[in-house]
Amino acid sequence: MKPVLRFLKKYKLECFMAPLFKLLEACFDLLVPIVVKYIMDIGIKQRDTSYVINGCLILAALGIIGLICALVAQYFAAKAAVGTATGLRHALFAHLQGFSYTESDKLGKSSMITRMTSDINQLQNGVNMTLRLFLRSPIIVFGAMIMAYFISPESLATFSITIAVLAVIVFTIILAGIPLYKKVQSKLDRVTGSVRENLSGVRVIRAFNNEKSEIAGFMLANNEHTDAHNFTGKITSLMNPLTYVTVNIGIIAVIYVSSAEINVGNMTQGDLFALYNYMSQILVELVKLANTILLITKAVACGHRIQSVLDTPTGMKVERAECGSDSPYAVEFNNVTLQYSGAGAPSLEGIDFKVERGSTVGIIGGTGCGKTSLVNMIPRFYDASCGEVKVFGRNVKQYEPADLREQIGIVPQRAVLFKGTVRSNLAWGKADATDEEMWQALEIAQAKEFVEDKEGGLDAVVEQKGRNFSGGQRQRLTIARAIISRAPIIILDDSASALDFATEAKLRQSLRRLDYAPTVFIISQRTSSISHADKIVVLDDGEAVGIGTHQELLEDCPVYKEIYDSQFKGGKA
Amino acid sequence: MMLGKKKNASEKKAFVAGSSQTVKKVLRYLKKYKILFAISLTLAIFIVAATLYIPILVGEAINLAVGEGNVDLDGIYTLLVKIGVISAVTALLQWLMNVCNNRMTFGIVRRLRRDAFKKIQELPLSYIDSHPIGDTVSRVISDVDQFADGLLMGFTQFFTGILTIIGTLVFMLCIDVTITVVVVVVTPLSLFVAAFIARNTHSLFKKQSETRAEQTALIDEMIGEHKVVAAFSHEDEAIEQFDEINERLEKCSLKALFYSSITNPSTRFVNNLVYAAVALVGALICINNPTGPLNVGMLASLLQYANQYTKPFNEISGVVTELQNALACAARVFELIDAEPQIPEAENAHALTESEIDGKVSLENVEFSYSPDRELIRDLNLSIENGQRVAIVGPTGCGKTTVINLLMRFYDVDSGKIEVSGHDVRELTRASLRRSYGMVLQETWLKSGTIRDNIAMGKPEASDEEIISAAKTARAHSFIRQLPQGYDTVIGEDGGSLSQGQKQLLCIARVLLCLPPMLILDEATSSIDTRTEVKIQNAFAFMMKGRTSFIVAHRLSTIKEADIILVMNNGRIVEKGDHSSLLKNGGFYSELWNSQFED
Repeated sequence: MKPVLRFLKKYKLECFMAPLFKLLEACFDLLVPIVVKYIMDIGIKQRDTSYVINGCLILAALGIIGLICALVAQYFAAKAAVGTATGLRHALFAHLQGFSYTESDKLGKSSMITRMTSDINQLQNGVNMTLRLFLRSPIIVFGAMIMAYFISPESLATFSITIAVLAVIVFTIILAGIPLYKKVQSKLDRVTGSVRENLSGVRVIRAFNNEKSEIAGFMLANNEHTDAHNFTGKITSLMNPLTYVTVNIGIIAVIYVSSAEINVGNMTQGDLFALYNYMSQILVELVKLANTILLITKAVACGHRIQSVLDTPTGMKVERAECGSDSPYAVEFNNVTLQYSGAGAPSLEGIDFKVERGSTVGIIGGTGCGKTSLVNMIPRFYDASCGEVKVFGRNVKQYEPADLREQIGIVPQRAVLFKGTVRSNLAWGKADATDEEMWQALEIAQAKEFVEDKEGGLDAVVEQKGRNFSGGQRQRLTIARAIISRAPIIILDDSASALDFATEAKLRQSLRRLDYAPTVFIISQRTSSISHADKIVVLDDGEAVGIGTHQELLEDCPVYKEIYDSQFKGGKA
Repeated sequence: MMLGKKKNASEKKAFVAGSSQTVKKVLRYLKKYKILFAISLTLAIFIVAATLYIPILVGEAINLAVGEGNVDLDGIYTLLVKIGVISAVTALLQWLMNVCNNRMTFGIVRRLRRDAFKKIQELPLSYIDSHPIGDTVSRVISDVDQFADGLLMGFTQFFTGILTIIGTLVFMLCIDVTITVVVVVVTPLSLFVAAFIARNTHSLFKKQSETRAEQTALIDEMIGEHKVVAAFSHEDEAIEQFDEINERLEKCSLKALFYSSITNPSTRFVNNLVYAAVALVGALICINNPTGPLNVGMLASLLQYANQYTKPFNEISGVVTELQNALACAARVFELIDAEPQIPEAENAHALTESEIDGKVSLENVEFSYSPDRELIRDLNLSIENGQRVAIVGPTGCGKTTVINLLMRFYDVDSGKIEVSGHDVRELTRASLRRSYGMVLQETWLKSGTIRDNIAMGKPEASDEEIISAAKTARAHSFIRQLPQGYDTVIGEDGGSLSQGQKQLLCIARVLLCLPPMLILDEATSSIDTRTEVKIQNAFAFMMKGRTSFIVAHRLSTIKEADIILVMNNGRIVEKGDHSSLLKNGGFYSELWNSQFED
């Protein structure tokens, strides 16, 4: 929680002022019954009209002062809460941006987004309500008790017992409710699951004529949810009746004790009225207090979650550079092993090959064999657990990440575009690219035609995630984005999967004709996409089972031959 | 009373018109709970009357304790017993009312969800395909929930609130007319203040939620696609963009939060003024007319009322907003429940029996499109003999599934007809038509449940031996055996920890178990490793023997050996024929075919 509190610390003044003014407001609230008591005991009894008028003016004045105090408190509370949330959001976002792939993987996309959005919002709400209510409610509850004591020491016992009983009832029911509501929620999750499943699997369900049994299954889950909900409702609906009875018993006790006291002259009628009033105030504030505590517990949990993210160290260490030798190789893998953190077995083992500058490398293998892992080590998205990866003769760990990644244009497997325009997306690759450079990159990526057809050309709008472009179009735009910087190394991670054979062939040709002869890595499942490569790496279950040209591999790499045959001969194994 | 304050007049009118329809539908559901509703309402009347009566009893008790030596102790004790009994009974009634209300609300929720779910089973595929799953799920789940919340609040607070207001007025009038007038005149002030603040904060909240949405969208992109951001060293630009929105959010959040938090203190302030006014007028009346009907005890009751009087007003205005929201949610739920179901089967629809199926399928002048402005299939004629193999080829996303949709009658043709074994599919029962096809799709959908349940989907009564033998034929038996509970292993909604290939094998086993006379297969190759693929191909080959089959083909062997090849591009069938004739034509197919050999 500490660094979360660090942001709150910037608002020391606000954090002090907000509860202080709330406290003042509460004190003024507590004075009201006393004033009325005097109006009754002195004003009415002695028939003193001006006393009554003065008393009521004081009541009005108390109201005004209370209002001012409350407004001041609300302002400071809001300022501290919003300010803390804003600072925290910035820090968290910047922190997340500094994450390497390993840390991103560990935390996961959706939980990162939840931390950024709903967790911080809940924390903001928690801070706000804490500053506003956490002092007010206890002050009113215990203040009422203290005032009662001053009016009549005999009433102290009644008040303390009533408060204790109310507290037990309120907290027991709220605490008992939490697991019950969780259970209701888990039953509802089953209902949700059933609905989702029936929508996503509608074709299969109808193909097998399973509609009736699905309805029966749903009804069961639905009924269970309703029953759980009804049961929980029975328990939680006890709160109001029980507290109501308790407060009334408290009032009965107060009147019972006080009437005897009044009879012997220890108390006045007005005193009794004041006690009655304090007793009625307690309940409302106690319920508020219980809810505030719940809110705070939630906010603290959110705070801890945010904290644990902020505590994750980011970034990879950059080692001191040795003299970079002028290597003839663009990329070298020296006996590299990669084991993801938390994984039981290495994803890549003993990878060893060198790639000459300007050559084309194909990487092929089945799903999950480590193709993407292999190329992800070149821009140092992951560090080798063993062995070393060199780019232009220098260990990747000796580059500043930004410098290293400038050398590499990467086209990820999933074609992701960002909200903006075609131009703003291409600018990711090269911030100061001219129109001419952009069109050239689009042409190479076989994207020129459809961008020209779009309204606005380079300024055509790209919606979030690029969903207004087809899968194939998105792929070609991500290729253009990667090659626009003329990076000396280009990595295409299965980037032509949504293209038809003809377009893919054209793309391959235009990439080969690039005037600055980059080193190109192509990952594919199709042998046709890589057969022309200078070097092909065949991966199987994390190991390089063959390295060579198409012809060589056909002769002596059974895995490669198997893949090739399955695609070309329709071989029946 | 505050209904629509936040909306402008025209929106309000449209809302009222739309909501009266919705209200009618809600009442239809409520009808079943007539008795509970009546009980709940009666209980509410008793509860409100008792709740209001207690301050009067307390006032009377206070009145009996005038001062030293002037206390009617016996009278007070009688009153205290009364208070005790009444509050105990009221508490019990309160609980009963809550239970009644819960029962009604949750009962309605259950019926709504059930009806919605039944409707989902009857909806035409066009509805399901055109509505995002998340949207429909949220109608059935969160909209129903929000509707329930509103309904429950309505039951518990709306009626009691109104009754409390009426009751308080009546009780106050009984005590003193002047003071009642004072309260009635001053109280609306608090409502006006609340409404005024609400109106002014509405735009602030709107701005806040817009800015928040903008920020969330950015977070979604830059955090969700953080790997791309890192690959292009785009972090600093992202942070800059984020901070700009963050600053704007800070400003409008502060305003929204502060202005909205004014409401409570302000209404409390007005309440305090009412209190002071009642005290003043009451005390003066007591002084000027000491023997009159108003005494100190009654003043105490009146002050207690004054304290509580604004509460039901605030509650009701809160409930009205909530109900408005609940109606909007209900409208979305009813939109689903009342959606047009698929065309019902003809009354004399023929149920195709197994012996009738001869494997012949013919398409005559079939025209079809998903939306009228974009024609897809035009004048498609096919005549398929028993045991023939039809391959559908084309680039990814070209609409190959359209043909499957028509064959399975997930969609109906716009014109022309499809015949199976000599019957127009529209004259057959859907169940019998679909039973005659075995379908394996590329998206491997499994339901949450055991492996056994999944394989037996098409034949729930299948014996263990049958299931195992189907799994063996599908080459799925060996990996199933290795699972912790074998065939009884429960798999999650998305197939859980099973690999794509294993899921596909289960889908094949599912079809093998009931092995219908015709097949629809989507050859999934993209995400499956070569070895599993070989297994799947073998299973496919086994199934296809002697059966009419439609295959979305990715593999060249399938394409070459097919009797009929449908070549699709951009959602249309562009060519049709067998391999050699299509190659000879030199059209799109030959271009596709040759490009894979190009270097």
